[in-house]
Amino acid sequence: MDSTGHLETDASGAGVAMDAIMRQVAEHKGCGTHGGAGKASCGSGAGENDLPAEIWEKVKNHPCYSEEAHHHYARMHVAVAPACNIQCNYCNRKYDCANESRPGVVSEKLTPEQAAKKVLAVASTIPQMTVLGIAGPGDPLANPAKTFKTFELISKSAPDIKLCLSTNGLALPDHVDTIARYNVDHVTITINMVDPEIGAKIYPWIFWNHKRIEGVEAARILTERQLRGLEMLTERGILCKVNSVMIPGVNDKHLVEVNRAVKSRGAFLHNIMPLISAPEHGTVFGLNGQRGPTARELKALQDECEGEMNMMRHCRQCRADAVGLLGEDRSEEFTTDKVMAMEVNYDLESRKAYQDAVESGRQAKVAAKREELETLAGESSDIRILVAVATKGSGLINEHFGHAKEFQIYELSTSGAKFVGHRRVDLYCQGGFGDEDALETVIRAINDCHAVFVARIGGCPKSDLAKAGIAAVDEFAHEFIEKSAIAWFRAYLEKVKSGEVAHQARGDAAIRQGALLATAE
Amino acid sequence: MAYRIVGSQCTSCSACEAECPNQAISERGGTFVIEPAKCTECIGHFDTPQCVAVCPVDDTCVIDRNYPRHQAP
Ligand code: SF4
Ligand code: SF4
Ligand code: SF4
Repeated sequence: MDSTGHLETDASGAGVAMDAIMRQVAEHKGCGTHGGAGKASCGSGAGENDLPAEIWEKVKNHPCYSEEAHHHYARMHVAVAPACNIQCNYCNRKYDCANESRPGVVSEKLTPEQAAKKVLAVASTIPQMTVLGIAGPGDPLANPAKTFKTFELISKSAPDIKLCLSTNGLALPDHVDTIARYNVDHVTITINMVDPEIGAKIYPWIFWNHKRIEGVEAARILTERQLRGLEMLTERGILCKVNSVMIPGVNDKHLVEVNRAVKSRGAFLHNIMPLISAPEHGTVFGLNGQRGPTARELKALQDECEGEMNMMRHCRQCRADAVGLLGEDRSEEFTTDKVMAMEVNYDLESRKAYQDAVESGRQAKVAAKREELETLAGESSDIRILVAVATKGSGLINEHFGHAKEFQIYELSTSGAKFVGHRRVDLYCQGGFGDEDALETVIRAINDCHAVFVARIGGCPKSDLAKAGIAAVDEFAHEFIEKSAIAWFRAYLEKVKSGEVAHQARGDAAIRQGALLATAE
Repeated sequence: MAYRIVGSQCTSCSACEAECPNQAISERGGTFVIEPAKCTECIGHFDTPQCVAVCPVDDTCVIDRNYPRHQAP
């Protein structure tokens, strides 16, 4: 059903109809692990009942594939694959692959043996680490020997860890059988176009059959290989996510077509990410002044594609050696020197016990949200607003405003709270919020929000935020995000109704363009 | 002539190492180098030198004029 609901104008019928709608909405939004009733939706990620049981089993603990899981489970990448077989205009090969990672970041390269040791060390220290990905720094399938050796070592020593890999797709059809053999259950393909004319503006060349091929011809081969690889994977039951980089004026409108093409070939999730192109990265786009999309442009495109298939909005464009929950990076704790010196004791049992505890916390969160949502039943309003949340994970409002490296964005309406994205601010808060500029940057990043939910906030930033029209809300400290947001939204609607506040639309917000250079504070 | 790698431009991506038909390329001190005695300029193997074609940085794998041109056997 259309979860926004058409509001009945007939006064007597309204209550009943809205009740029925809201009940369904409440069930519809009941995301996660409760069994049985209702269609689940996790905002951007797929939910339990959207998917066949065996697929849900595969994704439920995967932070990149389930928006809901990304609050609870951690992933890591190992940088074992430096070579690449294509050239992208948004990439400078001094840095990590910009398809999958943040441009302007250099990851520490590892041998397969070092990578395997690192995975064990991390998994023993961070029990909620459930996923290992190989995403570069180049293309994993342009380095097949290193990539598959790493998978082989890890599947022997840590059989409970899920394996995934990300590729530009050029070499994919050649490796599908090996991917299946190593039990890789998730593959991400970056597909920015299905029209070679557009592709020629994104990819200057590919290295193919021992030749460098340029222009439209190169893009034609690339798109054929990508789509064939996608079909071959889905035929074998391997889950496929598609990443697309949104490049305004180049492929932004075209991505709707890409969305249709990948959906029809069985991709189960589509992640549209903003182009990040600062001139100092030295990429072709960066040097040409090609801009990235604004927050509103990105959201509009994601919304447009969402009618077609599940959209992913929590992608953090992680480093090729990222470690931790999405949005956090603990890679500094696990540098090669430190890892090689560690005594690792891999304990499957205690990892399982920990994950069971995480699971019950997660169910409590889902239940809290459902209860709160019921209080919205009977409310009707066209008002839709965005709010920002400072969180460290577990689905709680548990981060201090001044310590937040990113804010999660939720859209609130009478159908509930829906996760729609995140905004990074980490680059700017290194000096703390003592200086004005840092605060201004945060305001720019969340300028489209009516409120920001935090565990704590100082008096100064609070009043500056208020001046900018953003309410700082700290009365829900350490409570569940969605439950609190819905409660706050209900109160907001009351105030609008009583005339205490006048509802006003907010402006657009900026997507951070700088590179993440420092990894730790 | 053999080919050589301009060390200051090499990103150490290793892409050339795997493509060389003569295993002439290896990592040394953080960047990649070509062993001139092993490099045949890909003559007899491919139409274009593979290291040049795959390298992401233009003008990084270049002709080394200190060596005589390779004669196809
Ligand atoms: S696939 Fe990745 S590493 Fe290769 S050129 Fe493109 S962005 Fe760079
Ligand atoms: S030109 Fe050919 S033989 Fe010589 S180093 Fe490059 S790839 Fe190897
Ligand atoms: S392909 Fe170019 S950049 Fe990469 S290792 Fe070889 S010479 Fe260096």
